[in-house]
Amino acid sequence: MPITLPNLCLVVLIGPSGSGKSTFARKHFRPTEVISSDYCRGLVSDDDNDQAATPDAFEVLHFIAAKRLRAGKLTVIDATNTQPESRQPLVALARSHDVLPVAIVLSTPEAICRERNVARPDRQFGPHVVLNQIRQLRRSLRGLDREGFRKVFVLNSPAEIDAAAIVRERVWNDLRHEHGPFDIIGDIHGCGDELEELLAKLGYAKAPVPAEAGDWPDVLPREHYAHAAGRRAIFVGDLVDRGPQVVRVLDTVRAMVFAGTALCVPGNHDIKLLRHLHGHHVKLTHGLEQTLADIAAIPDDRRAAWQADVTKFLDSLVSHYVLDDGKLVVAHAGMKAEYQGRTSGRVREFALYGETTGETDEFGLPVRLNWAAEYRGQAIVVYGHTPVPEPEWLNHTINIDTGCVFGGRLTALRYPERELVAVAARRTYCEPARPFLPPPGLSLQQQLDDLLDIDDCLGKRLIDTRLAGKVTIRAEQSAAALEVMSRFAANPKWLIYLPPTMSPCDTALEGQWLEHPEQVFAYYREAGVPEVICQEKHMGSRAVVVIAKGEEAARKRFGVEDEGRGIVVTRTGRRFFDDVAMEHALLDRLHQSLDAARWWDRFTSDWFCFDCELMPWSAKAQELLRRQYAAVGSAAGAGLRDAVAALDASGAREGEAPAEPGSPRPMVGALADRYRQRQDCAARYRDAYARYCWPVNSVADLRLAPFHLLAAEGHVFTDHDHLWHMQTLAELAGPACRAGPGAAGDVVQATHHFLVDLADPASCAAGVRWWEELTAGGGEGMVVKPREWIVRGERGLVQPAMKCRGREYLRIIYGPEYTLPDHLHRLRRRSTGAKRALASREFALGLEALERFVRREPLRRVHECVFGVLALESEPVDPRL
Amino acid sequence: MLLTISTTYAPATDLGFLLHKNPARMHSFDLSFGKAHVFYPRAESSHCTAALLLDVDPVQLVRGKHGVGFTLDQYVNDRPYVASSLMSVAISQVFGTALSGRCKGKPELAELRIPLVARLAALPCRGGEALLRQLFEPLGYSVTATREPLDPRFPEWGEGPYYTVELAATLRLRDLLDHLYVLVPVLDDDKHYYIGEAEVEKLLKHGEAWLAGHPQREAIVRRYLGYRSALTRQALARLPQDEAAAPDEDEIEDKTAAELPAEKPLRLNDQRLDAVVGELKACGAGRVLDLGCSTGNLLRRLLDDGQFTEIVGVDVSHQALDVAARRLHLDRLPPTKANRIKLLHGSLTYRDRRLAGYDAAAIVEVIEHLDPPRLAALERAVFEAARPKTVVVTTPNREYNTLFAGMQPGQLRHRDHRFEWTRDEFRNWATRVAERFGYQLRLAPIGPEDATHGAPTQMAVFQLG
Repeated sequence: MPITLPNLCLVVLIGPSGSGKSTFARKHFRPTEVISSDYCRGLVSDDDNDQAATPDAFEVLHFIAAKRLRAGKLTVIDATNTQPESRQPLVALARSHDVLPVAIVLSTPEAICRERNVARPDRQFGPHVVLNQIRQLRRSLRGLDREGFRKVFVLNSPAEIDAAAIVRERVWNDLRHEHGPFDIIGDIHGCGDELEELLAKLGYAKAPVPAEAGDWPDVLPREHYAHAAGRRAIFVGDLVDRGPQVVRVLDTVRAMVFAGTALCVPGNHDIKLLRHLHGHHVKLTHGLEQTLADIAAIPDDRRAAWQADVTKFLDSLVSHYVLDDGKLVVAHAGMKAEYQGRTSGRVREFALYGETTGETDEFGLPVRLNWAAEYRGQAIVVYGHTPVPEPEWLNHTINIDTGCVFGGRLTALRYPERELVAVAARRTYCEPARPFLPPPGLSLQQQLDDLLDIDDCLGKRLIDTRLAGKVTIRAEQSAAALEVMSRFAANPKWLIYLPPTMSPCDTALEGQWLEHPEQVFAYYREAGVPEVICQEKHMGSRAVVVIAKGEEAARKRFGVEDEGRGIVVTRTGRRFFDDVAMEHALLDRLHQSLDAARWWDRFTSDWFCFDCELMPWSAKAQELLRRQYAAVGSAAGAGLRDAVAALDASGAREGEAPAEPGSPRPMVGALADRYRQRQDCAARYRDAYARYCWPVNSVADLRLAPFHLLAAEGHVFTDHDHLWHMQTLAELAGPACRAGPGAAGDVVQATHHFLVDLADPASCAAGVRWWEELTAGGGEGMVVKPREWIVRGERGLVQPAMKCRGREYLRIIYGPEYTLPDHLHRLRRRSTGAKRALASREFALGLEALERFVRREPLRRVHECVFGVLALESEPVDPRL
Repeated sequence: MLLTISTTYAPATDLGFLLHKNPARMHSFDLSFGKAHVFYPRAESSHCTAALLLDVDPVQLVRGKHGVGFTLDQYVNDRPYVASSLMSVAISQVFGTALSGRCKGKPELAELRIPLVARLAALPCRGGEALLRQLFEPLGYSVTATREPLDPRFPEWGEGPYYTVELAATLRLRDLLDHLYVLVPVLDDDKHYYIGEAEVEKLLKHGEAWLAGHPQREAIVRRYLGYRSALTRQALARLPQDEAAAPDEDEIEDKTAAELPAEKPLRLNDQRLDAVVGELKACGAGRVLDLGCSTGNLLRRLLDDGQFTEIVGVDVSHQALDVAARRLHLDRLPPTKANRIKLLHGSLTYRDRRLAGYDAAAIVEVIEHLDPPRLAALERAVFEAARPKTVVVTTPNREYNTLFAGMQPGQLRHRDHRFEWTRDEFRNWATRVAERFGYQLRLAPIGPEDATHGAPTQMAVFQLG
């Protein structure tokens, strides 16, 4: 006997002890699919037959079963299950996970059961036990349907049990093998003209029904709409009621479904009509009266047959579909992630009506629970049901009911293109009970994004990135980021990128250098990079600039209100300027540059995101400079001054007075020399930081050096090499931008750069010279990047950038006196491994954030990446690197 | 890094006997943090100067510390150049004999009060010249202090924290060394090592002769012991008593305390917490949230009141929650009490399901720590998502600031305050929030009310209508 099971269900084996359940289960199911009560008894008590352990064992059994069902795994319960009270919780479990409960009864004759039990030394319970179980089973058999089992299979003899074969089949809603492309069409409500106009606009044309379509219903015209390219339509339901041409719409849709050029899910109105057709009593309101009037107009001789055919059609509709490998879900009123692909009464209810709070609004309509706001599923959900003025994406869901029958539009979503195609209603066929809301100031997604959920940030997180696969954020890292993000960061809507950390090169092994270009070049040569670009490393503060064409453009794209047309943030997402006026002035200048260079048109974007260095250092680091750098300089100056003076005085005295006999001769002189050296180091140290400090009285004192054009509308510019970035960004500092006094070109600064061919020793030597010139004057050094943005090596991503800092500059990092030989030699021992691992992961996360933003994903998806960068930055790493 | 001690006692070169270091040559010592050298820039019978020069190894200083509290300050560090607790260590190790009052060659010399001048280059004075004088003048020193500029090239950066100091007095050398041993780290206020019970012993030993009678003794003890309240209490209790007993824990200055000293005399914090607890009790709340609970001042009061059956403290700072758990002794509470309270790490700018469905929430002195554009998120997280039946919010009243002594116009009460509101501003905000989220609003002042400027703290009580 073939036993047909949906590929997701809860199979409950029923049979007395010794009936052969475990053998049956072993034969037909994978070991992990079967949960046996005996095994669970063993788990909790070390004894498969310890009856005292039964309650605990079943708790474990239910727990495991629940986990499996939640994960969408077929599960088999191997226990006697002969009593209704043992089956009832299993039915409830299946229901609560919206899967079908299936009973397979092994009704093995008592004699055989007893014989088998006798043969097993561990089953020495009396014969009455099996007898009881068989009695219980007999009493149960007829009521299994009523208990809630949707399928019941009874195998009456060892022969039947042997002969049984299990066939697994797709559940009705599982169309994951259908990949489209599709055109998903919103609520039609009898708007036949608009439907046909929309179909035509989508590229569908009428075609005769091929002769081989044998069982074509007589009542249906023998023609249907088909798409030349094989696209198929999916109707989200509510074909009927309210509108003028219900019969025509039903015919058009039915013909397409019969012919295989469309799929259809039912709407609540369609189901209400079905109930009416089945003879149930339903109220003739909400437009059903129009439907019935339209049906009444069908000639008497055809009407009954037509009604029978429509009834059959509506009966056959499946409440929702999961399509395209699970990437697309279509249902009339939407579908929560946990219901997708499941089968239960409440899944069907949800598909038809959505979820309501039980309250009604001021128009007497039910208040709907906004399931889409909570939606976290991976699949796109396309639905209708509630008319909206504009279809809007919200957390991967979109409502395409644009209220055609209420005088709106009939809308289709092209999948996978995600394009919307619509035709306007020819007139208002029905006055809506609730007026169409005017489009709100912010999009639904943006309003929702005002409030991010802590569940999307806290705890251990795995973030999928295109560049580096899954990036793991540990719980304590996200905890650390939460504080920074909550207390200091700017509005997350602005934060579409945070820059990664950057590793220095390997330590130079000898000489006066701690860092030297040779080491960088060697790293990249080793990694197989043919060409690198050396960029001057500006000594200021890292700044990420987002700028929109105007405040309105910022509001539209970023969803910020009253927060100006852009922002400058630090590498930790904090607003760069405390002084709002200064930020405005800087953005004004940059805006002028963008105007002058005609970038808005050139990139057809009304916003840009730049990665920059903002100078002077003292503009941001004033406090650090005073408290830390200048203070150390001041202490060193005073301390060494007095020390040298005291040593000199002592040395002079030594010189005059004859040494005491036996005492070693002048040590003081040598010490004085050393302290004078230290004094020199301290002075150089003070010069080193002073170079990066100047007073900022107005925006004209600032210098902004953009080195990456990160993103603009529809584009993340990692597909252009760094030379392009350098040259393109130089336009913003170019002559066109310098026109006139106080022009932006004076604030925006181009970055010196130098290409090095790593295979060519002369080119490398030139690169070293270039760096030496840069740093001889005290410059910070350079950043070296592969010419291409993204380079993969044998061990994953090659470092996207590496710094090589100048000798004088490093005093600020390693201390004023690090160049003294006995210090330098100990400082060479440093490890960059951890820093590089972080740099790669943060790089992947930062670009992932940009890509998600550009794809218009919900803010939480962008935020999780940005949050991730911040979280990784909490990792303790030697800050000198 | 440099201490010089000079005398004009005749013969001045007797200083060499006192210090147990021959003026004719240089003496070098290996210490844990580097080297110390002693030499004599002057050695005449009329005037003798001994110099103690520390050669602190900056690389060594950092190497031991890998893995803990990595910050750049450890690398670019003033420690090699200043007088700090490293100087105290050097004094005790290099001048140990002198410090103990022994003088081998001339024992009577050690008990002699002689004119001495100590000079310290780059002495960090947290507390400024005023504190320097308060510490040394009561001990009979005449103090000369020259402040070192931060950087002469950037006069706008102002003065630095370092002074070059001369301390002149007529006293025993051992007393001078004792004073320096204790007071240099007190001024520097940044010990280089772990402060444990041994420090109490050192303090009492080197302060034996003079600390009990010093008018600044409490500040000295507190700072010397790194603000560790238990140690401070212990040390003060062991000093000869002449006035009130040791202060209670609340009065011990917490180095990280958020509050402006100006607010202190009012005990405003107590009044504020009383008012908030009063509101929570009055609304009959049993299950309450303390949003932004910090180190648990309000939680402690709530825990002491049986009406509150479930108390949840939420803070964005893990560190604060750890302190709260310690201060509330969560690990030692009886289960009936411990089960009533829990601490959650969370943020008020994110929706948090764990916070939904409570009777009441207190948000005490929290909103002013958020940048104004982030308030919108807090409003929705609290009033829309968590949606407690009652919400009590307190925040400073900026108008009152003018009545605090020592506050500059426009200055805020705490450096992390992003704003402080006038009564009108607060009322407007609260009214808008109440309307938007369907709450009833009542406003009340907390603290002494001034006819013109109102009360120091303002409170809003929101109730679901």
